[in-house]
Amino acid sequence: MEHIVIIGNGISGVTAARHIRKLSAKKITIVSAESDYFFSRTALMYVYMGHMKFEHTQPYENWFWKKNRIDLKKGYVENIDTENSTLHFTEGDLLTYDKLIIATGSKPNKFGWPGQDLEGVQGLYSKQDLENLEVYAPNNKVCKRAVIVGGGLIGIELAEMLHSRNIPVTFLVRESSFWNGVLPNKESELINREILSNGIDLRLSSNLKEIKSDENGKAKSVIIEETGEEIFCDFVGLTAGVSPNIDIVKNSNIETGKGFKVNRYLETNISNIYAIGDCAEQQEAIGNRRPIEAVWYTGRMMGETVAQTICGNRVEYKPGHWFNSAKFFDIEYQTYGWVWAQPKDNEARFYWEHESSKKCIHINYDKNTREFIGINTFGIRMRHEFFDKILSEKQTVEHVLEHLTNANFDPEFYKLYEKEIVAKFNAENNTNIQLKKKSWKRIFQVN
Amino acid sequence: MKHIQNIGLGLFLVGLSIFTSLIFIGKYEVTPEVLENIINNKGIKSELFINSMKSNVVGKEFSNPFTFSSSMISALETANESHKQNSEWDKVIWDKPHSFAYEIVKQSGNGIIKENKWLFWWLTFGLGILGALMYIIPAVIVKGPPGIKNNGIWFNAATNRGWVGWLVFIFLVGFYLLLYFRPSYIVNWTYIVDPISENLSGNLASQWFLYGFLYCVVMTVMAVRMYIKYRHNKYQILRTTSVLFFQIVFAFLIPEILVRFEKPWYDFKNAFPLDYDFFFSWNLDQLIASGGLGLFILIWGIVLTVVIVPVMVYFFGKRWYCSWVCGCGGLAETLGDPYRQLSDKSLKAWKLERWLVHGVLVFVLMMTGFTLYAYFSGAEGVLGIKTQTIQDIYGFLIGSIFAGVIGTGFYPIFGNRVWCRFGCPLAAYLGVVQRFKSRFRITTNGGQCISCGNCSTYCEQGIDVRAYAQKGENIVRSSCVGCGICSAVCPRGVLKLENGPEKGRINPTEILLGNDVDLMDLVNQK
Ligand SMILES: Cc1cc2nc3c(=O)[nH]c(=O)nc-3n(C[C@H](O)[C@H](O)[C@H](O)COP(=O)(O)OP(=O)(O)OC[C@H]3O[C@@H](n4cnc5c(N)ncnc54)[C@H](O)[C@@H]3O)c2cc1C
Ligand code: SF4
Ligand code: SF4
Repeated sequence: MEHIVIIGNGISGVTAARHIRKLSAKKITIVSAESDYFFSRTALMYVYMGHMKFEHTQPYENWFWKKNRIDLKKGYVENIDTENSTLHFTEGDLLTYDKLIIATGSKPNKFGWPGQDLEGVQGLYSKQDLENLEVYAPNNKVCKRAVIVGGGLIGIELAEMLHSRNIPVTFLVRESSFWNGVLPNKESELINREILSNGIDLRLSSNLKEIKSDENGKAKSVIIEETGEEIFCDFVGLTAGVSPNIDIVKNSNIETGKGFKVNRYLETNISNIYAIGDCAEQQEAIGNRRPIEAVWYTGRMMGETVAQTICGNRVEYKPGHWFNSAKFFDIEYQTYGWVWAQPKDNEARFYWEHESSKKCIHINYDKNTREFIGINTFGIRMRHEFFDKILSEKQTVEHVLEHLTNANFDPEFYKLYEKEIVAKFNAENNTNIQLKKKSWKRIFQVN
Repeated sequence: MKHIQNIGLGLFLVGLSIFTSLIFIGKYEVTPEVLENIINNKGIKSELFINSMKSNVVGKEFSNPFTFSSSMISALETANESHKQNSEWDKVIWDKPHSFAYEIVKQSGNGIIKENKWLFWWLTFGLGILGALMYIIPAVIVKGPPGIKNNGIWFNAATNRGWVGWLVFIFLVGFYLLLYFRPSYIVNWTYIVDPISENLSGNLASQWFLYGFLYCVVMTVMAVRMYIKYRHNKYQILRTTSVLFFQIVFAFLIPEILVRFEKPWYDFKNAFPLDYDFFFSWNLDQLIASGGLGLFILIWGIVLTVVIVPVMVYFFGKRWYCSWVCGCGGLAETLGDPYRQLSDKSLKAWKLERWLVHGVLVFVLMMTGFTLYAYFSGAEGVLGIKTQTIQDIYGFLIGSIFAGVIGTGFYPIFGNRVWCRFGCPLAAYLGVVQRFKSRFRITTNGGQCISCGNCSTYCEQGIDVRAYAQKGENIVRSSCVGCGICSAVCPRGVLKLENGPEKGRINPTEILLGNDVDLMDLVNQK
C-alpha cells in the first residue's frame, strides 16, 4: 500500500490527510514535533486570555485519528533523503515514504537585532511560544511591561492578549500607521484609535535598535532606533511577520526560494514531494495573490487540492476570490476581493464610516467599467457568498450597493446602515441608487 | 471599582450566610389549637396519631425544625403502619409525610423571624441583591469597552469547575433537596416572603411561592449581568428581556393573581410535556370544576402544545420557546450564563443526549396515555401498573431529580443546560420539529471559519458548532436552542442565526467558498 507521509500537523497537512483518506485507502502518517494532535494556531491567543483551554483548540477529538486510520508520529525531521525517500529524525529513527507532503508552516522573522535570542524574547507562533509566555508574562507582577515589535496581525493579537492580563504594553510599529501596507489610511487610522483607546502605548514609525540584557541573560529593556529611547520591560514579543519554515532542507536537493518552490500542482522539483500551506512558494504568483500566502484558508485549500493530485486526479491549485478576516481588539474585519492600501490608476474608492468610529466600509471599484473589485468591512459582518457571487459575475458597484441589504451578516436585530451608506454614495457620486429590500431568493439563490 | 466589587461580594456573602443560617434559628411549638385545626382541615380520624401528637409534641418547644419534623413524621408513620396492618383504611393519613409536616411547622414556628419578616427579608434578599448588583455593575468599567470579554473564564475557580464551582454545586443541590424533599425544614425562608405572598395571592407563602419569588429575583439580578456583558449585542438584550418578562409575568404574577380570585394556579406559557402533570386527573378535575376559565385553560394547554408550539418552531426554530420564553431556559440563560462553557462537546455526550432526551419524551407520553386511559375508563391502572405509581416515579425521577437537582444544581459542573439538553421532553419534541421542518438554521459564512473553537466552547448545548462551520456547513441541530452565543463569540463573523427558506437549509457537503469551483464539485462528488 502506498505510504503518504506528511510533515506538519497544521491546517494544511491535516486537511490533506483528511481528504486523502476520503478518496483512498492509502497509508497516511502525519509527523509533527509541536503537539500530539492538530490544534488551531489561530486560537492560541484565546488560551492565554482564558477564553478556552488548549484542548478546545483541537478541532477533532483524540479518537478521530485512529478511527480514520491516520497515523500520528511525534518527532522532529532533521533531514530528507530524497534519493531513498527516507526521513531522518533527530532521535535517530527513520521513516520511508512513497509520497511526501511538506507542510512545515512558518517561523517568526528575526532580523538580526542585537539581543533577539535573550530570555524573555520570543515570537508568537507555536504551542511552545504560548508556554513560554506563561513563564515570562504570566501577570503584571512578573512582567511589569511588555514591548511588542512589529505591527501586523499577530502583533496586535499579542497586544490584546497581554492587555487582557493588565500588563502594560508598548507597541513598536515600523510603519507610519498600523498595518498600512495592507490597509488604506482611513481603516489604518481607525485601528490606531482602537489600539490607543485600549490603553496600549502605540509607537508609530518606530524601529527596534537592540534589546538589552540584564546580568542573567534576560531581556531588561529595548532601545528605539529613531529616538534612542530606552524602554524597560520584562518581555519582548517579536511579531515582524513570518517566513516559510524551510530549515528541514538544509542538506537536500529540494529547490527553495524563500519557501519550497512549487508549481501550480503544488509539486516541488522532486517528483514524489509536494509542499503546501505557509511553507510553499508559488513559482509564479497567481493573479493578484502573493507567491507565499501565510493564511489559514490558503493552507486549507492547498490541502484539498494536493489530496486530489495524490489520489490520481492531478489538478491545479486554483484559489477563488480573495477573502480574509481578523479582529482588532473589539473591531471585526472582513475583506472580499481586493482593496489595496493605495488605489491603482483605474480604481475609485468609496468610504463610509460610522460616527462611533468603530465601523466602516471601504469599496474599491473600476472607475471606467464600474466593476466591483473589493470591500473592506469593519464592525459590520458581511456575507461571503454574496461577494463571491458578485465577483464571479463581475457586477458593478451600483449593483452591490443596490443589493447591500442581502450582504449584511450581523446578528438579527442589529442596527442596519445600508440606507446611510447608499445615501452617502449617491451624494458623492451624483447617482440615484435605490436600496432593494432584502431577498431570501437572491441570498440563497433558490429558484 | 474593584473595591466596590469586593464590598458587593462581601455583602452578598453575608446575605447568603444569614439566609442559610435561618434554617437553624427560631422556635417551634404546636399549640392545641393548631392541632385541632389540622385535625379538622384534614379530616384526620387516626386517634393513634392524635394521641401521640398530644403526648409527644403538643405544648413542647422545639429549637430546630429537624427534630420537630421527625417527631411528627414518626408519629404519623407509626400510626399509619398500625392502621394499615389492621386494614383501617379510612384512618390512614395519605398525605406525603414531609408536606404534611410542612403545614404544621408553618403554623407552629415563632420567634424572631416570624416577628420581623421584613427585617429578615432585607438582611437576606436585600443584602444579596444589593451585594450582587455592586459586584455586577462595575463590570461596565472593569471589563473594558463593549465586546466579548471572556477573559480569564478558564482561570477562575468559579467557572472552571474549581473549588468555588464545587461549593456552589453543593449549595444548589442542597437547596433543591430541601425544597423538593424536606420543605418542613425551610419554613423560616417562607416566612420572609409571606408579606409579598399575602399581597399577591392573599395566602401565606408556600415553599413553591418562595421558590418562584427567588427564581424571579435571581433571574432579574443575573439579567442585569447579561445586559452589561452583551450590551453590544441587541439579540442578547432582547432575548434576555423576553425571558425575564415571561418569567415574572407569566410564571409568577398571573398564577398568583389567579389564585387570589380563587382560580387554579396556571402558567400560561408552560407547555405540555414540560408541564407533565397537565393531564393528571387532579388537574383535569380542577380545571373542569373552575368554570369558563378552567375550560379555556384546558383548551389553551392543548392548542399550545399541538398547534402553537410546532408552528412557531417552523417559523423561528425552537429558540422562540427555549431561549425567549421558557422559565428553565430563562434561568439557564441568566444564572447559568457563567457556566455555559462547561457543557460536554464529545460525540459520546451527543449519543447519550439523544437516548436520554427522547427516552424521557417516550416516558412522558406513555405516562400521559395511561393517565388519560385511566381517567376516561375509570381504571386504576393499565397492564397491572397503577397510573399513580408511574406518575410518582416520573415526578420523583424526572420532575424533581432531573429537572431540579441535576438540571440546576449541576450548573457549575456540567454547564447550564443539562436539563434542557438531556432531559426536557418538550425540548425533544421541539427538536424533532426543528430538525425536520423548520425555517431556522445557523448559516455559516462561506469559508471564513478559522477553526478557533470559541463557538463550540461556549455552546451551552454542547454542539460542536465548529465541526460544521469549518466545513462551510450550516448548523441544523435538533438541540440548538438558538441562544446566539456561538455567533456572538465568533471572532470572524462566521455564524448567523436566521429564518429563511427551507430549501438549501441543510447543506451537508463541504462547500468552502474561496476555493476553486471545479475542485469543490470534485470534493463534493466524493
Ligand atoms: C497567532 C497566530 C494567529 C493567526 N491568525 C490567523 C487568522 O486569523 N487568519 C488566518 O488566515 N491566518 C492566521 N494565522 C496564520 C495561520 O495560522 C497559518 O497560516 C496556518 O496555521 C499555517 O498552517 P500550516 O499547516 O501551513 O503550518 P503550521 O500550522 O505552521 O504547521 C506546521 C507544523 O509543522 C511542524 N514542523 C515544522 N518543521 C518540522 C519538522 N522538521 N519536523 C516535524 N515537524 C515540523 C511545526 O511544528 C508545525 O506543527 C495566524 C497565525 C498565528 C501564529
Ligand atoms: S449552536 Fe449556537 S445558538 Fe445553538 S445552542 Fe449552541 S451556542 Fe446557542
Ligand atoms: S468561533 Fe467562528 S471562527 Fe471560531 S471555530 Fe467557530 S465559527 Fe469558526
